[in-house]
Amino acid sequence: MNITNLTVHELMDKLANKELTSEEITKAYVERINEKEKDVNAFVTTLCDEALEKAKEIDAKREKGEATSKLAGIPVGIKDNICTKGIKTTCSSRMLEDFISPYNATVTEKLLSEDLIDLGKLNMDEFAMGASTEYSYFKKTHNPWNLNTVPGGSSGGSAAAVAAEMVPWALGSDTGGSIRQPAAFCGVVGLKPTYGLVSRYGLVAFASSLDQIGPITKDVEDAAILLNILAGHDEKDSTSMEMPKKDYTQALKGEVKGLKIGIPKEYFGEGINEEVKERLQEAIETYKKLGAEVEEFSLDIAKYALATYYIIACAEASSNLGRFDGIRYGHRAEHYSDLKELYRNSRSEGFGPEVKRRIILGTYVLSSGYYDAYYKKAQQVRTLVKNEFDKAFAKYDVLLTPTSPTVAFEIGTRSNNPLEMYLADICTVSVNIAGLPGISIPCGVDSKGMPVGMQLIGNKFEEEKILNAAYAFEQEYKFRSKYQPSFEK
Amino acid sequence: MSTEYEKVIGLEVHAELSTKTKIFCSCSNEFGADPNTNVCPICMAMPGTLPVLNEKVVEYAVKAGLATNCEISRNSKNDRKNYFYPDTPKAYQISQFDKPLCEHGYIEIEDDEGNPKKIGITRIHIEEDAGKLNHNEFGAGSLVDLNRAGVPLIEIVSEPDLRSSGEVDRYLKKLKSILEYIEVSDCKMQEGSLRADVNVSVRKMGAKEFGTRTETKNMNSFRAITREIDYEAERQIEVLEAGGKIEQETLRWDDISGKTFSMRDKEDAQDYRYFPEPDLVAIRLSDEYIENIKKNLPEMPESRRERYKSEFKLSEKDARMLTSSKYLSNMFEAAEAICKNPKAVANWLLSDVSRILNEKELEPDSIPFTAGELARLVELIDKGTISSAIGKKVVEELFENPKDPEEIIKEKGWIQISDEGAIKEVVQKVLANNPQSIADYKAGKDRALGFLVGQAMKETKGKANPQMLNKMFLEELKN
Repeated sequence: MNITNLTVHELMDKLANKELTSEEITKAYVERINEKEKDVNAFVTTLCDEALEKAKEIDAKREKGEATSKLAGIPVGIKDNICTKGIKTTCSSRMLEDFISPYNATVTEKLLSEDLIDLGKLNMDEFAMGASTEYSYFKKTHNPWNLNTVPGGSSGGSAAAVAAEMVPWALGSDTGGSIRQPAAFCGVVGLKPTYGLVSRYGLVAFASSLDQIGPITKDVEDAAILLNILAGHDEKDSTSMEMPKKDYTQALKGEVKGLKIGIPKEYFGEGINEEVKERLQEAIETYKKLGAEVEEFSLDIAKYALATYYIIACAEASSNLGRFDGIRYGHRAEHYSDLKELYRNSRSEGFGPEVKRRIILGTYVLSSGYYDAYYKKAQQVRTLVKNEFDKAFAKYDVLLTPTSPTVAFEIGTRSNNPLEMYLADICTVSVNIAGLPGISIPCGVDSKGMPVGMQLIGNKFEEEKILNAAYAFEQEYKFRSKYQPSFEK
Repeated sequence: MSTEYEKVIGLEVHAELSTKTKIFCSCSNEFGADPNTNVCPICMAMPGTLPVLNEKVVEYAVKAGLATNCEISRNSKNDRKNYFYPDTPKAYQISQFDKPLCEHGYIEIEDDEGNPKKIGITRIHIEEDAGKLNHNEFGAGSLVDLNRAGVPLIEIVSEPDLRSSGEVDRYLKKLKSILEYIEVSDCKMQEGSLRADVNVSVRKMGAKEFGTRTETKNMNSFRAITREIDYEAERQIEVLEAGGKIEQETLRWDDISGKTFSMRDKEDAQDYRYFPEPDLVAIRLSDEYIENIKKNLPEMPESRRERYKSEFKLSEKDARMLTSSKYLSNMFEAAEAICKNPKAVANWLLSDVSRILNEKELEPDSIPFTAGELARLVELIDKGTISSAIGKKVVEELFENPKDPEEIIKEKGWIQISDEGAIKEVVQKVLANNPQSIADYKAGKDRALGFLVGQAMKETKGKANPQMLNKMFLEELKN
């Protein structure tokens, strides 16, 4: 049995009928990490010994009938911007190289209360700013489908680790596409929940009004299972919504007859790679065959989404990252002669170039004299984007677009061209701006064998609809049984 | 002050709210704890933490708004004010920028001529306090104490309606008393729970335009504020008279030299980059919520004052002084309820008690004895157990060693001498020693009687019953 190839719902069954123990599962993953991590570089911190120890404890608990969760003893990977008490949370930044959080994020607490086992903290673009994970201070993560290409970002470590089967599933965070785009690049499933569905408490903030934590998994069912754990109001996060508890796996009917799918034509125009378009067209045909009603429409406002996104995200980031000042925690410069220099040197040394770029952009758009022209205008456009989506969802159940205009690109080809890097987010940012849920699932590969991602967008708090639509496609297309990462260069 | 100029003063008063917990976390809001003990990941701004607004803070601010005749905003929000300083761990203060909770209010005071005058309240908004830096206490460098970070504040911004330091003093006292009455702030100046930024400008009498103003930050004594205003106005007039221009700048007041000093250079002009706080949702208040707070507001000083005049027949002045402090006023009512002698209670509180408070530089809420003990004192005098003169000594003793006045006078042997024989003995002794006074009295000088009574009191260390003394002297002098 190839344990690490199993999905989480398969592992749950095997744990339940005692075909496998947590120790066997964890051991298989540890061995896989030992085998693949040197090529992939997905982890900032691995917790192999601790995980094996914990697996034994949980097996003993299960033996005594004390394990209450069906997920008890299944490993998980956590993006390194989600706080884990007693374990480093670095945000892949020199600023937090040695930072150990004194508390657990709400989502971390939820994973631990299910007795999930933390296998390690996953690499990312520094402070989640980037689309390739190349902006990590520590290491570049490689895409298991072609080690010369990036895994996407910013949750590149999470997506690559799931694709390389070094973790069965992982947590990512998504501010402008940081879950969905790396999931697309790595041929796995990535779900960004509706803003307010998952608590942000303990997620190191990049852009507070856009950030959401979500699952990166091997298949749609696993995404629904992980979302069941993550979703729910948290009194520590005022922006999290009070919602009745749902079982998202109940939504996975695999039936899309009569489902109204809108295709915003702006997402299929210039700048979208031809092969990506072809795979998407084939996916649309599949949905038609399954009985969905597909219609093209115009989401005109979409062309402003990227500019709006970078103004709002950078503005919030410039304020959110102020706390990294070298006073209480994090990097402090060795040399300084006064307070100003302590700030300047600590931040100059602690932050990488992309983070600095966004802090400068954000500071600029908020400064007096420019606020109205940039930040205020962006907020107005944001309202228009929301309105356009409201109109679309009056007609359609879900919207279908590419997740990214291209497949994974080669390492080093964009990291010095910020504008081109920003274009990688063009299909995903409007979803964050409007606070909607979006899922990326693989819908084929290009001529070089690189995965292509399809994005399904739902109305607010209608995760069930996109999960079900994704599930129906997945059942029909069977991507995982057709394609596997090559680990070649 | 030159008579050709008038002062124009506006105040931004920061009052710490006396909620149990801080504004955005559940840390204790108690003053005086060891450094960095009332802290948690949230108020220390650990990565990933989020603020959650304490609803009590909104309630207290709305109370303050209603008590100062403000309109309460149904739709308000929080904003971030961005700046770097080690006492501000997030590198931004969560405050309110363009949508404060309360606006367009006023407070009524008396102007320098004693006429009623309304001072406009521009706005009241909620915000968090910063931590504290302890400089040089432990050698080089500064230490950061974050106990105060996240303590809830309201900032009460006045219109530039104040025209003299006297008006400012009355405005501040009135504001303090209002905040005490509605029980939203301790207003303890020494603990910094009430602080003011003072904006001062001058203009020629009759001019319509305001002059350029200076701002002096973080003043926490009424006396320093009035001194600062008079000094700063005088300084500005001198500059203008010499043909100079006033720079709009931030000043620091040095209480020892009694002067203001420039604090920041203008190149450093702060751009706070205010923007809406994305971690908090809008504050929406229903009419019902506001009505409910309004209904439950306690009796305010004005209405108490009127009640004291009509119910207890107190003078305007006494009623005003008693109600200027809620603590004093409460003590008055409680003591009066026991001894039923409102005039006497008011007299004790406003004369001896207030004098001792002034001498000791204490606020009324540091009176160490209870209203019951004060009432007991009044009863002892009313019954003739002790004289008023002894009463004064009892009050002194109550400050040092508060307990039942009856016990005090027993312990000290201060019980009034009302025994006829004993009094007669004293009277005869005093008469024997003062033949001149007897002669004076008989020559028609009534004052001599007063002198003799005084001598007898001295002889008995104030313990003799003065009515009996009087009576007995008169009888003896007739013979």
